[in-house]
Amino acid sequence: MLAIRNLSVAFPGPEGPVRVVDDVSVEVGRGESLGIVGESGSGKSMLSLATIGLLPKSARTSGGILLEGRNILTMGEKELCGLRGRRIGMIFQEPMTALNPAMTAGQQIAEGIRLHHGTGRAEARAEALRLLDRVRIPDPARRIDSYPHEMSGGQRQRVGIAIALALKPDLLIADEPTTALDVTVQKEILDILDELVADLGLSLILISHDLGVIARSTDRTLVMCRGRAVEDGPTEAVLRNPTAQYTRDLIAALPRRARAGLGEPGLGEEARLAAGGTP
Amino acid sequence: MTALALRLRRGWRPGSAALLVGGVLTACLVGIALTSLVWTPEDPTRMRILQKLRGPLVSGWLGTDHLGRDVASMLMRGAFNSLTTAFAAVGLGAVLGTLAGVAAAAGPTFDAMLMRICDALFALPPILSAIMLGALLGPGALTAIVAIGVFMIPVFARVTRGAAMQIWAREYIMAARMAGKGTARITLEHVLPNIAGQVIVQVTIQLAMAILTEAGLSFLGLGLPPPAPTWGRMLAESQTYLTQAPHLALAPGLAIAAAVLGLNLLGDGLAARLDPRRRQAS
Amino acid sequence: MTALLEIENLTRDYALRGKGGAARSLRAVDDVSLDVEAGSIVAVVGESGCGKSTLARIVMALDRPTGGTVRLGGDDLFALTPKALARKRRDFQMVFQDPYGSLNPRHSVGRIVAEPLHLLDDAPRGRERAALVARALEDVGLPGSAAERFPHEFSGGQRQRIAIARALITHPKLLVADEAVSALDLSIQAQILRLILSLRDRHGLTVLFITHNLGVVDEIADRVGVMQAGRLVETGPVREVLDHPREDYTRTLLAAEPTLAVLGQRRRRA
Repeated sequence: MLAIRNLSVAFPGPEGPVRVVDDVSVEVGRGESLGIVGESGSGKSMLSLATIGLLPKSARTSGGILLEGRNILTMGEKELCGLRGRRIGMIFQEPMTALNPAMTAGQQIAEGIRLHHGTGRAEARAEALRLLDRVRIPDPARRIDSYPHEMSGGQRQRVGIAIALALKPDLLIADEPTTALDVTVQKEILDILDELVADLGLSLILISHDLGVIARSTDRTLVMCRGRAVEDGPTEAVLRNPTAQYTRDLIAALPRRARAGLGEPGLGEEARLAAGGTP
Repeated sequence: MTALALRLRRGWRPGSAALLVGGVLTACLVGIALTSLVWTPEDPTRMRILQKLRGPLVSGWLGTDHLGRDVASMLMRGAFNSLTTAFAAVGLGAVLGTLAGVAAAAGPTFDAMLMRICDALFALPPILSAIMLGALLGPGALTAIVAIGVFMIPVFARVTRGAAMQIWAREYIMAARMAGKGTARITLEHVLPNIAGQVIVQVTIQLAMAILTEAGLSFLGLGLPPPAPTWGRMLAESQTYLTQAPHLALAPGLAIAAAVLGLNLLGDGLAARLDPRRRQAS
Repeated sequence: MTALLEIENLTRDYALRGKGGAARSLRAVDDVSLDVEAGSIVAVVGESGCGKSTLARIVMALDRPTGGTVRLGGDDLFALTPKALARKRRDFQMVFQDPYGSLNPRHSVGRIVAEPLHLLDDAPRGRERAALVARALEDVGLPGSAAERFPHEFSGGQRQRIAIARALITHPKLLVADEAVSALDLSIQAQILRLILSLRDRHGLTVLFITHNLGVVDEIADRVGVMQAGRLVETGPVREVLDHPREDYTRTLLAAEPTLAVLGQRRRRA
């Protein structure tokens, strides 16, 4: 449904253009979740901004981003506006800065619905309530009238997801959606994303620096390093049998615990085996 | 792209245009003010009643006023008088205000007290306090300087307090405390150097403000006493002859506008150049 | 082995100004006791707001406890006179989370690293001081010439090395690292952890390591304390706590941690 073909993004720099995304090609099918993993400066966020047409004005692009055959890179601002929200929903890293502090959760979710579909106030509010329930906010009837600062980080991120879902997009892009959150909250948020992909048949692009998150929530993985795609394939294959040295280095840098599932015994298992326990 | 274009492009950072225009205007202003100390076309206080109210280029560059004094010379000396008053007033406000601001940021004990004093000072508009001071001290340079300067203390106190509080929240301050350094030392070594840029920007903006206020005070007769020429009094005296000799109002009016514009542009340019967020982006 | 750091029944309340002026207080640290043996690395792990950073600040005498004691090498930090505490500070130093915020951008690296020498009455000056700074930088894997450069010329990982060099220049007995690797890329994180381990081995450093990341705890710590809502709910050797957690909360944390162990389960679930 989304195909990125030979995408390059460059910015003018003092010593000539700097390529932040360099000849990347990748596809996401309907109902499929794609993980993009890389360290800071790998270009993974620029790739996602390009996909919703939100690159800074000074960016120069080549190649194509095809959403069901139509190239996003050549679309005008008006066309892009129809695309954002309606076709592609975006979930940001820091829900506190992505939400408007002066509006309640319900108002922010309803805003897009009323704007795009012209539905009435009451109807939009009912839809907002349904969406809050969908992202499993505890006590949605009360939370709908809460302001962002009255909510926890996890609740704000749920509101962020509800906003992204409001216009029933086919594709969700989540850029480090759980990086600012505690692990227990991270788990809940990832569970919700998994569920949306499974129940609504959404496609998901999940951008993360955390291989554990990628392993948990994606079908396919693209590994990026300095703007280049170094490896891509089914997540399990990429992480179990990486072909690129860079991917191997990334996995090797993981703490033992996070690496534990790869078969080689972690230190913990060794100790247990030594103590005569069962692994 | 040619090498020159590349170099221009690299050098052209945020605020460059404002910095250039503001810097040139301000440099001209200071240059004219300093020149007036050693040379003016005529003695700015010499009256030649027979040549009164001549137009520009008829007598001297900018004509003469109702007492036959040379307008260009008065304008030059006026620049010096306005600038010295403005610099002294802003100096007073900047030094005391910055001290108050960093002291307030350093500890909650001072903070509440200093900020309430600042609120009280803020409530005194400079023109009104100058009238009160004028009644006490009599009109003069000192009255203008104190009235404007005192008004600026809270302005600087607030700007530095906010900036200093941001610096106090940095981890390197915590590291300095781990190195056993006290509040005064940390303020000197870490806080002041990191807020200096913001204070300098504020100085240029407040200089423009001070020139404007000084002109207002002289207009009301509360600045330097005659015969020392000031822009404000030139404006005041021109009122009676507005229809006969509009150049008498235009000359000081344009001078004030140019000075204020130049300093404001300089302040904006410096702000853009020193803003750490924009600096990081470049 | 004796405990270098003894934390006993430590409590810290913060006054909150509630609505309508009602005085409420928040107990950020609640009756925490923890011993850190000389030469060991003890991790305190917990989620945001659990009080682990407050604990670190109190151990560093940057904040005062509401109740309880902190003893370093037998001396109660909060019973010392300000002068004696200042003298004591050479024995404990700290590394912070943000390698961008913890170095003054206007100071040279040499000046930054030398800052804690302020604590020594007989601090070397001039050439001797420069040599000491260069040695400290080399100790953390940076060239001695880095002293003349400025923080913005270095990457996040290199900056964190500079921060560690600063913390170690007075040869402290205790190093407190507050989320010292959390802001770093994974590969850099692994390098910094290896550096801390090797510094422990070379200098017999004792480390209190504050983190939210169980993977990091597993890599670096000998013992671990799990904090939740101000309380230390479980402490013990790392292997024991991570492999056989006794508390529900520890189990919840362990289960939530994303690992590659889930690989392949996704397809089965679908």
